[in-house]
Amino acid sequence: MKKERIAPSAVVWLVLGALYFLIPLLATFLFSLRSLKTGHCCSLGSYGFIIHDPSFWSTIKLSFRLALETIVIGLVLFVPTIYWVHLKLPRLRPLIGFMALVPFVIPPIILVVGLLKFYKDTLHAPFWFLGKPDLFLVGAYVILAFPYIYFSLDAGFRSIDVHTLTEASQNLGASWRTTLGRVILPNIRVAALSGAFLTLAIVMGEFTIASLATFHTFPTYLQQINQDEAYPAAAATLMSFGITWLAMLSILLIGRRGGQRTVRVGIGR
Amino acid sequence: MAVEGRQLTELAATDAVTQTALRPGPKPGRRRRSLAWLGVIPFFAYACMFLIFPAAVVMIGAFKNDHGAFTTTNVLDILRTANLRQSFWVSIKLSAITAFFGAVFGLLIAYAAIRKGTPGWIRSAFGTFSGVAANFGGIPLAFAFIATIGTIGIITQLIQNVFGINIYQHGFAIWDPRGVEIVYLYFQIPLMILVIAPAIDGLKAEWSEASSNLGASRWQYWRHIGVPVLMPSILGAFVLLFGNSFAAYATAYALTSGTGLPLVPIVIGDDLSGNVLSNPHEGQALAFGMFVVLAAMMLFYIPLQRRASRWAK
Repeated sequence: MKKERIAPSAVVWLVLGALYFLIPLLATFLFSLRSLKTGHCCSLGSYGFIIHDPSFWSTIKLSFRLALETIVIGLVLFVPTIYWVHLKLPRLRPLIGFMALVPFVIPPIILVVGLLKFYKDTLHAPFWFLGKPDLFLVGAYVILAFPYIYFSLDAGFRSIDVHTLTEASQNLGASWRTTLGRVILPNIRVAALSGAFLTLAIVMGEFTIASLATFHTFPTYLQQINQDEAYPAAAATLMSFGITWLAMLSILLIGRRGGQRTVRVGIGR
Repeated sequence: MAVEGRQLTELAATDAVTQTALRPGPKPGRRRRSLAWLGVIPFFAYACMFLIFPAAVVMIGAFKNDHGAFTTTNVLDILRTANLRQSFWVSIKLSAITAFFGAVFGLLIAYAAIRKGTPGWIRSAFGTFSGVAANFGGIPLAFAFIATIGTIGIITQLIQNVFGINIYQHGFAIWDPRGVEIVYLYFQIPLMILVIAPAIDGLKAEWSEASSNLGASRWQYWRHIGVPVLMPSILGAFVLLFGNSFAAYATAYALTSGTGLPLVPIVIGDDLSGNVLSNPHEGQALAFGMFVVLAAMMLFYIPLQRRASRWAK
């Protein structure tokens, strides 16, 4: 077959697409270089402002901790469940798959209304629960992360022979915990890691629930700083993009190494 | 247990093969199966506490009055009150427009990146970028565009300096529907590229070759083969994009806060943070309204998805 050259119309669309995608990133970078005092280029003052702002460090640490907690709880809850469903209850698979679609019709803005009404007005939950991001927010974030971890893991479990692996392991005398931890988990490591990095990106960017339940996380810090200082907000925005980039690139890299591609979309908006 | 298991490995190695062959599943039987259900209880209990019950509270609250009695007033008020009706109309229009343009541009860019002749690195660059950009969004995305086409944004000032035109004096504003649409496309187009790329990949080169061997023109190929095969995927993606935009809160909040573009999620958010407290059940009724729209989208999406996967192997 002869080697074809790139079609002219393809060039047009690709260039237009590239411009639309790159210009805002470049503009944010230029914006972040403007001087805090004069508004002219170029100064690193905005970056200095962010780095010396204690709120930046405290909120980014909080968001990172919440992300780690969400990942741990999510994996501990979902890996055994999805494993068990693949192994013993294949008829439940459509139901779990349906559950993974529910967050699409109950997006964060609806979920936060429900969570506040349910825990505050119906259960009268105490403040140590409602006011603690590690309980209330992480509780909600595990649900937000569920579809992404599920689609990742489901693909992972489908690509291995759960039955044979389990039987082999059990016939050799392994306990359930050994089977899950030393046989199954290493085989779905790539899927679990993709799910974990997606969760990291989602939690680090989640604004809706955090803001409306009046928690002060990294995204709410971003919003707040923009009201006072526009240029540092651009600097912090770039840092936030950097986090998303790193998380997503990690997925691509581990996915490539594992010969598997799993990229899903986020709902942090 | 683990150590013991490993010691048993050597002893049982030969036995295991025969055992597996003779025993299809570990201890089948009714008793065993009934106990298997216990394994998914933690998951469903968690889902109930953080998803199902809260969602149910919204749905039930939408149909309750202040004394806890059943009423349809809250929900009907959405249709009766001009402001609320308006907010649904604005939200639906915005979602439809961004889903439409997101789908069209996403399809064109995806096809341009995948078609024969385009170097492989361009394809993977767009694929990688889309994977990332579909996850942008929320507050940072809004700020990136405020820095670009906001009142003192880089492009706004560039146009001002080069052409002497202040776009904000000519009817453009980032907090207007037009501005919000431009920003939303930044996650809609990449999402379309991600969703549609596998479908475009599924268009087999043989189909195009066979049709041209039979004398079909390029247009006839698209009219009778390409578009019909892609259509369920395109429509499915449109529905996905619509929901994606309809449910977005953070981006719209950062772009429009204080300017009064009455998108449904924004109105719900205002309700919740106590800015407007006309009716405590209004937020739940609006959330219920959103749910109805999104659920209707889902009812379109699932059969489309099923049809689209017919060609994928």
